[in-house]
Amino acid sequence: MAYSDKVLDHYENPRNVGKMDDDDEDVGTGMVGAPACGDVMRLQIKVGQDGVIEDARFKTYGCGSAIASSSLLTEWVKGRTLDEAESIKNTEIAEELALPPVKIHCSVLAEDAIKAAITDYRTKRDLDEEASVTG
Amino acid sequence: MKTPIYFDYAATTPVDPRVAQKMSECLLAEGKFGNPASRSHKFGWEAEEAVEVARRQVADLVNCDPREIVWTSGATESDNLAIKGVAHFYKSKGQHIITSKIEHKAVLDTCRQLEREGFEVTYLEPGEDGLVTPESVEASIREDTTIVSIMHVNNEIGVVNDIAAIGEITRNHKVFFHVDAAQSVGKMKIDLEDLKVDLMAFSAHKVYGPKGVGALYVRRKPRVRLEAQIHGGGHERGMRSGTLATHQLVGMGEAFRIANEEMNAESERITALRERLLDGLENMEEVYVSGDMDHRVPGIINMSFNYVEGESLIMSLPDLAVSSGSACTSASLEPSYVLRALGMNDELAHSSLRFSIGRFTTEEDVDQAITSVRTAVNKLRELSPLWDMYKDGVDMDKIEWATH
Repeated sequence: MAYSDKVLDHYENPRNVGKMDDDDEDVGTGMVGAPACGDVMRLQIKVGQDGVIEDARFKTYGCGSAIASSSLLTEWVKGRTLDEAESIKNTEIAEELALPPVKIHCSVLAEDAIKAAITDYRTKRDLDEEASVTG
Repeated sequence: MKTPIYFDYAATTPVDPRVAQKMSECLLAEGKFGNPASRSHKFGWEAEEAVEVARRQVADLVNCDPREIVWTSGATESDNLAIKGVAHFYKSKGQHIITSKIEHKAVLDTCRQLEREGFEVTYLEPGEDGLVTPESVEASIREDTTIVSIMHVNNEIGVVNDIAAIGEITRNHKVFFHVDAAQSVGKMKIDLEDLKVDLMAFSAHKVYGPKGVGALYVRRKPRVRLEAQIHGGGHERGMRSGTLATHQLVGMGEAFRIANEEMNAESERITALRERLLDGLENMEEVYVSGDMDHRVPGIINMSFNYVEGESLIMSLPDLAVSSGSACTSASLEPSYVLRALGMNDELAHSSLRFSIGRFTTEEDVDQAITSVRTAVNKLRELSPLWDMYKDGVDMDKIEWATH
């Protein structure tokens, strides 16, 4: 299978690989996919007081296109607000990386991952607020 | 060093230069280009003689009578002819066939076709070691069983089935026994005088011969009868019509002659290379070798690198020509049916590589492979959330994954 130059670039030099502390209240974690299907993505965001994503990290088990999709996404979400990051569509990722039809699911997974990370962050925050109200 | 380095000898092999030389002598006007079936002139006689020499060379490698060798286009056709040929011919005696789940597609798809025609097929489960036990064969033989088809060496994991013991059972029960020997012939000793095997499929291109040619061994005593699958001039005693491809057959003959002469030394050399590869990789964490370690052909080894996905692993090994256990270039992400039949979970099956070593593999090639694989696996594990979880002691079987 031929990969696009952009996929190869992200695959060979993945950006923002790593892991952040799950328990940090500024961190949202999204983990999507399944080992049996051949891909699992973990995407984490660190959100500042102003609601802007300060940092993003990923780790991905999967094919080159899955790795590239998540690497690209971490670059894109940094500096964006949660609402902006949430509106990123898989088609934009697929287009940027020139993914072939059989690899579109990798970009879908990346979209799912950022949505899951944002949801996780918001849930954590709401719980904290509830805790502080009742407390 | 020329890259990519070829580690896919189980898929096919380059033609040995000595074989290519012999083949080239059967093509041009001044060579043996005649039709071996032409009985009225020298061109035909010369070609026929060359074909009969080749037939003897093939027979010699497996210790049978040259009259028991039927030329075909390859092991796939041989498997088809053996299984369909016997099933059709003995249809009135019974319509039950036994095979295993880890056969080559040439056998499995042939059995599927016979099922569509109304035959019944039992697919035996191998053990976790990849071996089909003689006991499981015996237990599934019925009154109406006509043929058992079990491969000698599995093409994905390299384990060797005990065809001697299975043959004793099938002979006792008066059931025909077909063996797909595409991966074993020329790699290990086969003595058809000893073995109670009735049919055996061979291919030339796995043994440094050309593609597009093979043979089927059809036992004369006790006699096996076949219904032909290809009709025409009645060549090969009516079992397989079609003008004999002199240059191909001569190539196969020469390839088998060389194998006969060099097999012992070559096996020893290739086994040493395989052990070198194993030594270099086995001490990594979470690496698994598939199949029984005591019963295996020298050149094939299948290893799984847990928590690394197969396609990306292949992608990080541009300098190696290896084969992956997962066919995930399709959208379906199907892991190997062979590894699955061994009871391996999908993740591990997805992370497997088959290395197959052959005549032209060197120690330097193996050392390069070790370095490349170690680097690639380490890099991908650094990227893998599953590796993190494994390192953190998380039980991944307990996680509810959203399968997609």
